[in-house]
Amino acid sequence: MLTRWASLCFVLLLAAAPSARAQLSIEITGATAQRTPIAVAPFAGEAALPASISGIVRADLERSGLFRALELPPLNPVPTEASNVNYAEWRSRLADALVLGSVASRADGRYEVRFRLFDIVKQEDLRGVAYTLTRDQVRATAHRIADYVYEKLTGERGVFSTRIAYVVKRGTRYELQIADADGAGAETALASFEPIISPVWSPDGRRLAYVSFENKKPVVYVHSLLDGKRQVAANFKGSNSAPAWSPDAKTLAVSLSREGGSQIFTINPDGSRLRRLTSSSAIDTEPRYSPDGKWLYFTSDRGGTPQIYRMPSGGGEPQRVTFEGGYNVSPRISPDGKMLAYITRNDGKFQVALLDLQNKQVQIITDSDRDESPSFAPNGRMILLATVLGGRGVLSAVSADGRFKQRLSAATGGDVREPAWGPFIE
Amino acid sequence: MGAKFKAVLTAIVAAGVLAACATTPEEQAPAGVEGRKPGGEPTAVKPQPVKPVDVTGKPSGSPFAVLKDPNNILSKRSVYFDFDKFDVKEQYRPLVEAHAKFLRENPSAKMLIQGNADERGSREYNVGLGQRRSDAVKKMLQLLGVKDNQMEAVSLGEEKPACTEHGEDCYAKNRRDDMLYNGEY
Repeated sequence: MLTRWASLCFVLLLAAAPSARAQLSIEITGATAQRTPIAVAPFAGEAALPASISGIVRADLERSGLFRALELPPLNPVPTEASNVNYAEWRSRLADALVLGSVASRADGRYEVRFRLFDIVKQEDLRGVAYTLTRDQVRATAHRIADYVYEKLTGERGVFSTRIAYVVKRGTRYELQIADADGAGAETALASFEPIISPVWSPDGRRLAYVSFENKKPVVYVHSLLDGKRQVAANFKGSNSAPAWSPDAKTLAVSLSREGGSQIFTINPDGSRLRRLTSSSAIDTEPRYSPDGKWLYFTSDRGGTPQIYRMPSGGGEPQRVTFEGGYNVSPRISPDGKMLAYITRNDGKFQVALLDLQNKQVQIITDSDRDESPSFAPNGRMILLATVLGGRGVLSAVSADGRFKQRLSAATGGDVREPAWGPFIE
Repeated sequence: MGAKFKAVLTAIVAAGVLAACATTPEEQAPAGVEGRKPGGEPTAVKPQPVKPVDVTGKPSGSPFAVLKDPNNILSKRSVYFDFDKFDVKEQYRPLVEAHAKFLRENPSAKMLIQGNADERGSREYNVGLGQRRSDAVKKMLQLLGVKDNQMEAVSLGEEKPACTEHGEDCYAKNRRDDMLYNGEY
């Protein structure tokens, strides 16, 4: 039994946590009708850690909108992953699934966390993983456990270990921040007294491209998160904006005004090999690659109103994609390539619409009125967006079916905007 | 901004204190006796004019001074646009013409035209709308004979609003181009 755990054991290699950390607070404002009831028992010995692993796992699973964490009575003796599970007893507690685990201190000052997942309905042992970690890695470890549970029970990858980028504006100060997908552990990647917009993650999650106005005009930068090194990707005469990574990370699509108007170009992330893709007298902007890299979706007002078009990613004749309504902008393709999320103006309100690219059905999935910058979770389940609530910029996440919503706001005040959900971490 | 002002103020106060110390001599010459020779010819008192130094603006001889003169049209820098419109309205023609003349006469002058949009809708599409507005003024200046290398048209989108209320009065103030000269940005 122990050897099986040991064989799965690996060490988390994460950067040490900085001393001061910002925080986004989360509020869940809706729920899916059918949530799987799951019991996550307190991990034996977890009081030795600075945060409760089982508590973070529980919160993660609830935040997905697919699970309901059961309230448990004090369990005595505290069960561990090695305990014999009485399926009938857990079934009588109405649990469909159960997570048991334990924490042990190691001689080298680190900890070992083990857990095991059980399908109570099928009376099946769904195994688990063991991790070694330092005190700084409790949250990261808990997110990995939640990802394991989520994937075993739903069949799709969890996004609890992924990160999000967003911009906080506080007074005249702008900060580009990176946080866990639950908004915790925020770190500032860039602080400026000029606006920062349109952050986008490189496919490997190590770099961000964004637009900074620090030179009194929009310039596209590529920023390496680990060492803070920044590189100018596009700083031509005029405006340089709206970067998007190609899925192979070799190319950025951008909107430039160097030849007049706003037109779509591609350029290498180091600023070499500029190519113009559109030639219109319209505003062509907000390019986004399809996940297969074959298409570029973009916003253009060539037809009189801003609408979403697509063209082959190497350039070519654009085809119009959106037809309903007079203002459709900010195209984002779902990770499976089947859905298009965008912002539509609907009766004076700016809301998130979802277009099924196969059957062309459109559904508006938010009820707020100043939505911006939708961003798919890498598993396609949720869409993160910026909106305004009580005059304050907040982030909101909505399930792709529109049923489940949650809100993230800066605990320390200020406007939060321009969210970008990062890729899966390998 | 406030911090910068404070720093400057502190420097001025400090300089004043130092100056006051420097002009307090240990021993003062007896006043009003020099030049008087009782019974002889009076010596002419030499005038001691004070040369004024003004560091509150550009040297008055610079052609750029007119850009700051509130009585000169060149001190006006903003062109406003109607909702969803990008043509320079007739009322701003004299203003753009005055700046065109200044740029033609001062080849060392460079202008950054920053276009802006109101806050509604996509930030990136609004960068496009602001660009369309700055391109409009740039094109007008071009037609009035200003050289391309003296101008750059950029967009700040909705990011730098002049007015932050959410209403049409405010939106109208934010649909604008600002013309900045080198040294001002």
